[in-house]
Amino acid sequence: MSRWPVKLYRFYRDGFRRMTVGRSLWKIIFIKLFVLFAVLKLFFFPNYLKTNFATDEQRADHVIENLTRSAGNNY
Amino acid sequence: MSEIDLATVNWARAQFILTAMYHWLFVPITLGLSFLCAFFETIYVRTGKEEWRNLTKFWMTLFGINFAIGVATGIILEFQFGTNWSNYSWMVGDIFGAPLAIEGLLAFFLEATFFAVMFFGWDRTSKGFHLFSTWMVAIGSNLSALWILIANGWMQNPVGMVFNPESARFEMNNIMEIFLSPVSIAKFTHTTSSSFVVGALFVIMVSSFYLLKGRHVDMAKKSIIVASIFGLVASCFTAFTGDESAFQNAEVQPMKLAAYEGLYTGERGAGIVALGVLTSGKKVGDGQEPFAFHISIPKGLSLLAKRELNGFVPGIKDLVYGNEAEGIMPVAEKMVKGKAAVADLATFKAASKAGDNVAKSAALVRFNENKQYLGYGYLDTPEETVPPVATTFYSFHVMVYLGSFFILLFALFLWTSFKNNLVQQKWLLGLGLISFFLSLTASEFGWVVAEVGRQPWAIQDMLPVKMATTMIGVGHVQATFFMFFVVFTLLLIAEIRIMLKQIKIGPEETV
Repeated sequence: MSRWPVKLYRFYRDGFRRMTVGRSLWKIIFIKLFVLFAVLKLFFFPNYLKTNFATDEQRADHVIENLTRSAGNNY
Repeated sequence: MSEIDLATVNWARAQFILTAMYHWLFVPITLGLSFLCAFFETIYVRTGKEEWRNLTKFWMTLFGINFAIGVATGIILEFQFGTNWSNYSWMVGDIFGAPLAIEGLLAFFLEATFFAVMFFGWDRTSKGFHLFSTWMVAIGSNLSALWILIANGWMQNPVGMVFNPESARFEMNNIMEIFLSPVSIAKFTHTTSSSFVVGALFVIMVSSFYLLKGRHVDMAKKSIIVASIFGLVASCFTAFTGDESAFQNAEVQPMKLAAYEGLYTGERGAGIVALGVLTSGKKVGDGQEPFAFHISIPKGLSLLAKRELNGFVPGIKDLVYGNEAEGIMPVAEKMVKGKAAVADLATFKAASKAGDNVAKSAALVRFNENKQYLGYGYLDTPEETVPPVATTFYSFHVMVYLGSFFILLFALFLWTSFKNNLVQQKWLLGLGLISFFLSLTASEFGWVVAEVGRQPWAIQDMLPVKMATTMIGVGHVQATFFMFFVVFTLLLIAEIRIMLKQIKIGPEETV
């Protein structure tokens, strides 16, 4: 049983080593993930409600405020 | 609704359209090609012939390129939910959480695990286990699509939920009703089967190129036979699931059906438009004829929408202004109820904050009476419920024409293959070259029909798109729109370059 982790490791290691077109693809995947998560997500796509409100109650209040802004209420 | 900045709403829409349509260039190829790789490998394992092994490895490489470039392009849509569509994302969080979590787990365990075996496992695992892994990748990829399409189906037909006015969230109260919604099932089967057509035409395009160039002839012929059989079955099934989708539209989104059929005035025994040109500038209720020219198949639409020749199919006018005889409530009346629901929601919240439980309970009772019309409370005019008719109509008809053409095309490829004179049919191979791009067009137009046809709703009848948006300022959304445009264009160029290079190299030839 103890040989399984070693076999699994070698399976992936050799697989990566033998890659040809896969090398370029992994480069593209890493660049893409970096651009998406480290640039776009971090600097341009903050979660609006999580960033601006501390609790779920405040978030719910904000959304209800947006949904009812146009309406008068009878209270 | 004067506080809503429509420029921000429209740029957020444009950004979502851009990313969804780019993402959808990669997905159908993955869904279709994964099954074709599984078919090719199954033939290899059953026959033991090396040429099928080389052929499988070649198509797997192209599959891998498309998968690698396309992977995570959909995550951008999730970024947008949190930033551009915060109201919407908050309101649907409870419904979408479960299916999207399942999608993540399935994608990770099925695809990631077996993907490695599929690419690294040749000669290092048994033939049977390798084949099993290839099938798991195909099934896993398609099951990933299931969960996101269930979420989309719920937006088109929000079932199995209750709106909680305290938290402003739609909360799941019947998970099976959501998972087994006929709209979601029709959406999944239609989307995946049409993606199989795209995958099959991708194989036919590359193989046609080889046959026209006189290269890898044997491999190309074999690939075309398998892809044509798969494509023919898939395209016939797509027609069947398309029919079911239209029937579901008639049940829960009759306005969408009326828009893509250009049906302004409802009728019994309604004809289906086989060919038509809409009157330019036509608006509901303006008295103009809807069509400058059209050819209809008598009673076809009634049969499609109601499963009976003389069933009543409501038109846009009936749905906007009502039709008492057919029991259709005018939108103006729904708007009154909707505005009452919005006011009662406001009262409920105010009473809740003041700790006045009596007023709160009374407001809740009144809200519950009208809550199914909540979304109508945000509309300014009844005519706002009409989607862009021309876009929906032409997209639908082009999709149907192309879908029908593909059935014929697959049959022709199969016929000439069995007659063993495919190589001589240069015109057919030429059609094979361009048909892949036509299939992507049909696939994208299908998305346009589904999504533009349901405007103005983000969630059918409950939440219009303009109320789903975050008012973060148009400049921010414009800037990120162009960023995505650049990123996606670069990815597309990378995909095309690597794909073309690999196609030029071609498969290993068996000596």
